[in-house]
Amino acid sequence: MRFWEKVMKLDRRWIFLLIGLAVLIPFLKPLKLPLTITKPAKDVFDAVENIPPEGPPLLIATDYAPSTAPELDPMLYALLRQCFTSKRRVILLALYPQGAGMAQAGLDFILPEFPEAKSGVDYVFLGYQPGIQAIVMYIGEDVRLAFPTDAYGIPLDSLPMMKNIRNYDDIALIIDLAGSSIPITWVTYAVARYGELMAVGVTAVSAAQYYPYLDSGQFVGMLGGLKGAAEYEKLIKQKGYTKAREIATIGMDAQSIAHLVILFLIIIGNIAFFASKSHKKKGGPIGS
Amino acid sequence: MRRKIPLAIAFVFGIIMIIQFFIPHRISVEFYRNMLNALVIVGIFYYILAVSSLIRVHRGKIKRKKPGWGYSYVTLISLVVTAVIGVLGGAYQATRITSWFVQHFHWQIEQGTGLMVIYTYIQIPMGATMFSLLAFFIASAAFRAFKARSLTAVLLLVTAFVVMLGRVPIGALLTRRLPEIFHLTNIVEWILKYPNMAAQRGILMGIGLGMIATSLKIILGIERGYLGGGD
Repeated sequence: MRFWEKVMKLDRRWIFLLIGLAVLIPFLKPLKLPLTITKPAKDVFDAVENIPPEGPPLLIATDYAPSTAPELDPMLYALLRQCFTSKRRVILLALYPQGAGMAQAGLDFILPEFPEAKSGVDYVFLGYQPGIQAIVMYIGEDVRLAFPTDAYGIPLDSLPMMKNIRNYDDIALIIDLAGSSIPITWVTYAVARYGELMAVGVTAVSAAQYYPYLDSGQFVGMLGGLKGAAEYEKLIKQKGYTKAREIATIGMDAQSIAHLVILFLIIIGNIAFFASKSHKKKGGPIGS
Repeated sequence: MRRKIPLAIAFVFGIIMIIQFFIPHRISVEFYRNMLNALVIVGIFYYILAVSSLIRVHRGKIKRKKPGWGYSYVTLISLVVTAVIGVLGGAYQATRITSWFVQHFHWQIEQGTGLMVIYTYIQIPMGATMFSLLAFFIASAAFRAFKARSLTAVLLLVTAFVVMLGRVPIGALLTRRLPEIFHLTNIVEWILKYPNMAAQRGILMGIGLGMIATSLKIILGIERGYLGGGD
């Protein structure tokens, strides 16, 4: 019994060490576990593929902060690679203060792979504006009301890509990459009021709350957490859009092992709990 | 008067905005755009409130020498330094001031502006670090607290097991030889699409009805909490 008592009082630093190793080892030696592609992720991919090259742009909202970047950055990278390779145009903006930095960092990371991609021609980065609901509604009227210039101070009318783009009628699809509840504002106004098509990329922890919107068709697809990002990486690779290192797929190996370790710890914790409890019931002294 | 005027404003504008939604006339659209402008202007005041509140809280901590008061200096200095660099140096595009520093001191700013340097090398690593720590604490908390003490706890535990395994490739690998209906990925998809969605829909409908009721109460002047205390 002493053994289970000891297990119950296990120093948490051992648990930290276990988790640290579980995350680190698969990064050093990837397991290359097979990944199945789910329908919500495939639907996002198909929705982007349905946009004609050099046609109406895809609007990507980066409504997340560095804390959720490991899950959402790979989605942004995969989407940008898909669009830049297939000559689909992109508008980037943020309704979350830290999101603009994430969009700029994403562009800085991806653009060296596409030296021919030009700001104002192949993509436009609008930056951040405060007032979430108002901005979403403004875009429904005229994007210039919300963003008179792009993030670099250039008037939208002088950007070739923005010449014929006024509101949601001229935008093919919105993809909101969010670590917050901002997709609900997009769906309430852009989808319900203006009838725009929308998909989301969200953290695994918040994916469950968006299933009603997916089922109702208000979201055409959804990328949930690192798994969604890994599935998207696989989809764009299968299509031949990129040969870049799949960071989310490598992360899934680490997540697999970390989940196994957590499940193992829960089982051990329960065994120890019930063993100690039955011992106490039998009247055995603690620690004997 | 201090209460009657705001109540009248809330009533008049609440009713007008409901009516406006159904009238696509030019005047109605123009009014709607002006309201959006007002919304953005009011939105900017959130930042004034937020910054003044942050300063007040930390000034109080420093004054009273509360535990950890030294960190309040770090917060306030970081706030001022980041704001000054952002306002004077530009957010994404270097201003003349940044260009002057770059030329005279032969700086190389890969990110373009000082604010993006702070963002890339301070905020991103700090944010990622804080969130990464969660994995360690969740594992430790799950080990200590996730016990099958009751039937509901057992249900939660079993669901957590299935979802945690089913959301990662190793779960699919473990059940790949079983009939398709028992594949963990499919079971997880079922859990998310049916029991989870039923609960989420219930919550959403409750929130929706609550929002409609509260909005009506505010418009009709029944709910007056937003006016604050006093007469």
